[in-house]
Amino acid sequence: MSVPARTGATPNTLVGQAVERTEDLRFLTGRGTFADDYEPAGVLHAVILRSSVPHGHLRSIDARPALTMPGVKGVITAEDIGPAIPTIPLRLAPIAGLEKYLQPVIAHGKVRYAGEPLAVVVADSRAIAEDALEAISVEIEALDPVADWRASEADRCLLFEENATNVATRYSAQIGDADAAIAAADYVRRETFRAHRHTANPMETRGAIAEWNVADGRLIVTAATKVTFFNRRLLAKMMGLEESAIDLIEIDVGGGFGVRGEFYPEDFLIPFAARHLQRPVKWIEDRREHLLAANHSREIDCDLEIACKSDGTIVAVRGKIYGDMGAYVRTNGGVVPAKAAQFLHGPYRVPNIKVDVAAFMTSKTPVGTYRAPGRFEANFFRERLMDMAARDLNIDPVAFRRKNLITEAELPYSIGQLVPYETPTAYDSGDYHACLDRLLEEFDWDKKAALQGKAVDGRYQGLAATCFVESGGAGPRENCKFILERDGGITINVGSSALGQGLETVFAQIAADAMGLPFDAFTIRHGSTTLVHEGFGTYHSRALVMGGSAILDGAKNMVAAIRAAGAAQLGCAPDDAVWHDGHIAVNSGRRLGLGEIAGGAPDGTPLSADGTFANTKRTYSYGAHAAHVAVDARTGHVQVIDYLAIEDVGRAVNPGIVHGQAIGAAVQGLGGVFFDHLIYDADAQLLNASLVDYLLPLATDFPSVRGVTLELRPSPSNPLGAKGAGEGGIVAVAATIGNAVAAALVSLGVEPKELPLTPPRIWRLVQEAKARLSASKS
Amino acid sequence: MKNADAQFTVNGQSVKVSVEPRTSLADYLRHELKLTGTHLGCEHGVCGACTVIVDGAAVRSCLMLAAQADGCEVVTIEGLSNRDDLTPLQASFRKHHALQCGFCTPGILTTAHVLLSEEPDADADRIRDVLSGNICRCTGYVSIIEAVLDARSAYGHRETET
Repeated sequence: MSVPARTGATPNTLVGQAVERTEDLRFLTGRGTFADDYEPAGVLHAVILRSSVPHGHLRSIDARPALTMPGVKGVITAEDIGPAIPTIPLRLAPIAGLEKYLQPVIAHGKVRYAGEPLAVVVADSRAIAEDALEAISVEIEALDPVADWRASEADRCLLFEENATNVATRYSAQIGDADAAIAAADYVRRETFRAHRHTANPMETRGAIAEWNVADGRLIVTAATKVTFFNRRLLAKMMGLEESAIDLIEIDVGGGFGVRGEFYPEDFLIPFAARHLQRPVKWIEDRREHLLAANHSREIDCDLEIACKSDGTIVAVRGKIYGDMGAYVRTNGGVVPAKAAQFLHGPYRVPNIKVDVAAFMTSKTPVGTYRAPGRFEANFFRERLMDMAARDLNIDPVAFRRKNLITEAELPYSIGQLVPYETPTAYDSGDYHACLDRLLEEFDWDKKAALQGKAVDGRYQGLAATCFVESGGAGPRENCKFILERDGGITINVGSSALGQGLETVFAQIAADAMGLPFDAFTIRHGSTTLVHEGFGTYHSRALVMGGSAILDGAKNMVAAIRAAGAAQLGCAPDDAVWHDGHIAVNSGRRLGLGEIAGGAPDGTPLSADGTFANTKRTYSYGAHAAHVAVDARTGHVQVIDYLAIEDVGRAVNPGIVHGQAIGAAVQGLGGVFFDHLIYDADAQLLNASLVDYLLPLATDFPSVRGVTLELRPSPSNPLGAKGAGEGGIVAVAATIGNAVAAALVSLGVEPKELPLTPPRIWRLVQEAKARLSASKS
Repeated sequence: MKNADAQFTVNGQSVKVSVEPRTSLADYLRHELKLTGTHLGCEHGVCGACTVIVDGAAVRSCLMLAAQADGCEVVTIEGLSNRDDLTPLQASFRKHHALQCGFCTPGILTTAHVLLSEEPDADADRIRDVLSGNICRCTGYVSIIEAVLDARSAYGHRETET
């Protein structure tokens, strides 16, 4: 998979090829620059004192013993920041009510979760700062913690007394009349499901390096990512600075998955410390902190009903979503329950749907998005209930899906306004049936179906196939700037962020094709606020859809600018200057190369051109997953014998990268099903804040995971035809494994409704099922 | 507390160390020698990102003190190849898209290099077993295993006739 040799006569065809990644050269040789690799001269090191009490009145912090320790340069508490302590506003999901539960950048008055920042200790080294942290005494008058959403709803103990309730928001949304349809239906089944709290755990923890320039009152924060322009806006307001006085600089990023790059308390505290002490300050999160402080996700309970005709036609879905938000509503926390509600619809014809959403404050780490937020949960709830319904109605689960799957003729298919803060939306394009057919064929379903429910060597075999839709490509805009360098190379500045997904490679592929230049002609710079005038960042699988489309526009404008400049140098009209094979040529036979054009710039200003792409329509990728599992009913252990994820991404600019993300996402999802779990006790204390106790999938766990990327139907809403990719591999994993385990244990009547599917949980379900069976026989 | 002294080699260069006894080998490599290719993902010996080669063995540099390296030969990711030339193992990782964010990659390369140096015939199961001490959140490991398998010939593995 190398870059093909190119001759002048053949058009570029890099888009669509698994071009080897530009980024890999530095990563493979240890030359990447991640947060902790950047160390300005004279830097001080910060560590953060965090509350060990989940809920209480903060009475006092005595930092004097720490301040006298050699090497300690300062301890910052709310007193140093106040009297007004900034709160972190919502970036997404501005649902009425959520704005009353925002997190202050540092605890004052009360603490509301174990892990909340109380003080910042700054010292000559991280080790000294950590020593000093131990010397600070904190007095907190403990209050009863609110451990889960049921306790939250009871409102016996309030996290925010001034709001008089722990329920941050409630809303309903619907299409048609689900209540009436359910009342009149032939068949209704109602079940309660639960997705569990876990998080992304990127391999690099968070970090920030802030440099305050006293002389010109400017601030530089390095190791920013994801939504740098938005974060700069917030930081400027909180620091009382002009946005133009702050640069947020993106360097290499060790994984994001939704969690990294949102505005967290530390994104204020570290710049504040740098200005306060007038020294560069670095903070690198440790793993325990990461598990306590970075966004958690996925903790959603759901009451779900499905109503069908006796032939299996779905007539209504009605769901109640209960979201555990943790102690504060973070920048994108509301997305999680809102999307869990919206995606209950799925890729099916659902004439009547009603969702009731409630968001509850608890004494736990605040929640935000993690790859496929709400979708992972919603697909689990819906697909599990669909298999139960199919079994009740004596219909094959695959046939049940086929019967209800939206056909291509019905697209675009409106799913109305199931999310209060969004405009009505519609599934855009696709052939959902073809995707399911392809899944079954690739999986060899018909042959394997004979194993369904059978015991082989003492283990029950189970198969499941599920379908999904997935949104991506959020608007409103993305921008880029093409710059012709003096050596004839082209630098492209983009507002999108690189979180490890190969952005530099795919953007260069698109630009190379669009301009008819070699891949190596381009250097991509990304993320930093210094590069373009505005940027909207990397989330919702939007970097390629939006940023990649902006590259196409920039390439067109750059060619026009090059033609104009070349024509001026050659003394002809721009229309007479032909752009071909990296040269400007005119009829007389004279040619100018890019280096010559760059050298001929009149005032030494490099030639440049902007590109932009604006679009508010979301893309909807879609796909299907299948799993074959073997369940040991004696131990509750599940082996994933085969897993297949198929997604139509419209256009795969680099299939190698898309494929890699699909497999990686599926394995992350399998971890989310079997291992990942933020375990809290009844007192709202996190019990497993280390990678010893918080289990992540290892190389030995899921060797048989496959992915197939389809390009059946391009997106109609962007010139690349691309749909958001990178999340489709994870969206349906809990759904598929849950159904496969149920199918394996169908003879016992085991129905997993709660995640994670740990061996003890499955073992208990088996014991309960056996007890039910023997009770019914006796 | 009195500094701990030690002398060892890093990527062939001799270093004399005088550090606080609690200084980990990882912190010494990163902060004193500025060899920042060795990454710290957990600092408690689970994730494997900080794996370096000490006297030919794959070692977690977050769990080893700098002073413990006295008399040892230490090789880091920076020592696996010349600056610009990828080794066959590194090239195989690039070819197979066996990395995404690249943060875990140095530890995986050092671990795989030690494995193939000792066992050029390691099969997929053996490679998975050895690499189960290195966490990767991006790739799902499938491409990593393929890349290591494909690099075996450079370590003396011969395809058996079938």
